[in-house]
Amino acid sequence: MKSFSELLQQLYFTSSNNEKSCLLRDYLARTPDPDRGWTIAALAGTLTFDFFKRQAIKTLMLERVDADLFAMSYDYVGEMSETVAHLWPDSSETLELPSLSALIEQFQQANREQVKELLVKYLSVMTPEQRWSLLKLGTRGLRVGLSTRSVKRILADYGNVEVSEIETLWHALAPPYTELFDWLEGRSEKPDIRDAVTYHPVMLAHPLPENNPMPLAKEEWQVEYKYDGIRVQLVITEKGKALFSRTGDDISAAFPDLLAKIDEPGVIDGELLIINNGTIDTFNALQQRLNRKKPGKKLMKELPAGFMVYDILVNGDCPVTALPLSERRQLLANWLDKVRSDTVIMSPVINANTLVELHAIYTEASADPGVEGLMLKRQDSAYQPGRPAGQWYKWKRQAKHLDAVIMYAQRGHGKRSSFYSDFTFGVWQGDKLLPIGKAYSGFTDEELKKLDNWVRRNGIGRFGPVREVKKELVVEVAFDAIHPSKRHKSGVALRFPRFHRIRWDKPASEADTLDNALSLIVSHT
Amino acid sequence: MQAEDWLQPREHGLYCLPADCYIDPTTPVQCALITHGHADHAIGGHKQVIATSPTLAIMRTRYGDDMAAQTQTLDYDQPYQLGFDDDPVTCTFFPAGHILGSAQILLEYRGKRVVVSGDYKRQSDPTCQPFSPVPCDVFITEATFALPVFKHPPIAEECQKLLQSLQLFEDRCHLVGVYALGKCQRIILALRELGYAKPIYLHGAQLKLCELYRNHGLDLGELTDVSAVTHKASLAGEIVLAPPSALNSRWSRSLPKVRKAMASGWMQIRARAHQRQVELPLVVSDHCDWQALLETIAEVNADEVWVTHGREDALLHQLKLSGIKARALSLVGYDGESDDTSDEEITEGAGGL
Ligand SMILES: [Zn+2]
Ligand SMILES: [Zn+2]
Repeated sequence: MKSFSELLQQLYFTSSNNEKSCLLRDYLARTPDPDRGWTIAALAGTLTFDFFKRQAIKTLMLERVDADLFAMSYDYVGEMSETVAHLWPDSSETLELPSLSALIEQFQQANREQVKELLVKYLSVMTPEQRWSLLKLGTRGLRVGLSTRSVKRILADYGNVEVSEIETLWHALAPPYTELFDWLEGRSEKPDIRDAVTYHPVMLAHPLPENNPMPLAKEEWQVEYKYDGIRVQLVITEKGKALFSRTGDDISAAFPDLLAKIDEPGVIDGELLIINNGTIDTFNALQQRLNRKKPGKKLMKELPAGFMVYDILVNGDCPVTALPLSERRQLLANWLDKVRSDTVIMSPVINANTLVELHAIYTEASADPGVEGLMLKRQDSAYQPGRPAGQWYKWKRQAKHLDAVIMYAQRGHGKRSSFYSDFTFGVWQGDKLLPIGKAYSGFTDEELKKLDNWVRRNGIGRFGPVREVKKELVVEVAFDAIHPSKRHKSGVALRFPRFHRIRWDKPASEADTLDNALSLIVSHT
Repeated sequence: MQAEDWLQPREHGLYCLPADCYIDPTTPVQCALITHGHADHAIGGHKQVIATSPTLAIMRTRYGDDMAAQTQTLDYDQPYQLGFDDDPVTCTFFPAGHILGSAQILLEYRGKRVVVSGDYKRQSDPTCQPFSPVPCDVFITEATFALPVFKHPPIAEECQKLLQSLQLFEDRCHLVGVYALGKCQRIILALRELGYAKPIYLHGAQLKLCELYRNHGLDLGELTDVSAVTHKASLAGEIVLAPPSALNSRWSRSLPKVRKAMASGWMQIRARAHQRQVELPLVVSDHCDWQALLETIAEVNADEVWVTHGREDALLHQLKLSGIKARALSLVGYDGESDDTSDEEITEGAGGL
């Protein structure tokens, strides 16, 4: 635990990726199994359970410090684990801390009461840094500026293998990754994962560069719609079947209606949508299914889960990612023939012979609320995990805009915890502002500083961490879509709202009205 | 007569009515009592300034020899009479342990004793005389680090971190952000005490004040102006002290493979270290941490505590819990903007930037 905490502090305060990589590789080389594997799991976010809940930490803390002082400290520090790390009373006792794996095992085997005892025991003898590490580890909230992707790359460097090999293995392996290290250090063969029902890393598209139209030769590019659903992966092997989200989470339990219809082995890439009698419903409809971890029969009947398939990674039990897209598409069609279900459909290829035709299709697609724009894929592209250059492009429909007034601000998390960086904004209905959304991106660091400063000077009230501000600052908010919503007082919900421009110049009275917002809702026909 | 009848927060600072004089005023006045030389407490242009001799020297260094029309040196523990002979205010300075020359000001009037403690700390600091608790009826305290999360470790521990980092990253220039007045000299002495004998390199803004500390008998060892170093690559593996604003400036880019450190009480909070892109945060403060504030208040045993300068809310709350009468003294200009502005540059003064 001691060296784990030291590593985290070093990683946290090191800004260069190169140095982070050196630090981690050095740690891996001098740390035995299974400790180093658990460290990798903590960094890459693959721990599967919380040791304790934030609420439990808070309860224990409040038994030791006055509630108001805790609240003021938390408000200042902006982050729970760090607040507790500093506030927890030191003990004069000393205790040799267990190894990381021993510690994890102790928490794993403890019941709820024992977890509390363990927490108290360790927090009392730890340094503030070690406390922070334990709390972050135990609530799976560790952020030290290393993405999962970087962790994989560092592992690849460590074992001198290709990062794509790590990517392919990744979801079939579990912490503490001893077989992975055995292979990386040359003691054994590469782990065999052929039959495992696991998520395969996906291939992603680049945004189509603006002002840089694609040289379109019909035989080189395959054009498809970009659907407004969620990207999923269906995996069916001898051993079973599962549906995974883009982040590799198993979401099978939420979509049993879809899984029941398919038995044909393979790994299929596609879009999860609500498909009713062959018609695609809106994202809003899908949202109602996504909100339910275990849907009832009625909901599944009203909003049946559908699958718009667009690629195949494994055909039967044979990996086909190295084949060009044109050949994969043929295999996908053959696979689909055997499935025969009206809610599993092939993403159609759109014919565009000229650039002018392509633009026309794009404009048409942009007006359709069911799609988000177009996908352009090279016919000869292999299926490469990650975001390879020049292979796939997404041509997203233009965002919509509204001028809204900032109403409330809240401090962000992590690096931004000392700034007001989460903003609730509203539009006018008569002489009242109605909140219609929240945004926390789209501004530069420089703008963030100015916004933060503005909030501090214009606060008029406080509700816990939320600061109410004078209704004076207008921001132009961009968003992908607007839907009717019963959950919001304004009756609308925005999809992916973000700051487009801060209108320091614009008087609040000239911001948009709720009617303006409603007019942007595209009725679905 | 209550203390608030003759000692009042006014627009430009705390005003003592029967002495017709301000304490640490933020605008030029007729008569000013100055606790210490930080820029948020000591400005130039007053008609008369009463301060300790080092504080006057600091003010002359910063604002020139004509920083005030008249100056009056007042040593520690020497009562000095202000106001009318038949209704006098007696003013006495006591060491505050904050920086060289820093003083608490005891004002006695009609039998009431009020201590304006200015900025102060309880940790040991060889650059100045240690804080001496003065029993009083009203104690006016700062609250810069008045939250129970703040715990200032011993300075030797923090400087040891810097020396360890030098060993680990021997090819990197260790650039340490320090305030030019007080923090800079304290860090230098702490490094010397740990046996660091190599020259320490300074940003131009730090030189004059180090010279002043030297003239007051502090042996800072060999100091070199960075701008006098022609071959900047030779600064690899060396310690450079600079004002915090220079950490991410163009100036710092001329140094070889910079590893950024910063010595400040705020460095205890991760987000603050991150904000300044600090890789090596050193928790060193010239103010009291939470525990030291509470201990000091218990020690001076005042009937009443007035709180200013920082996070008053938490301290007031704690004092209420302990049954001590307390109130916030809102002074304009010290802790500038709002309740959560928390930059030592504001509270400690511009520090020679
Ligand atoms: Zn101050
Ligand atoms: Zn000061």
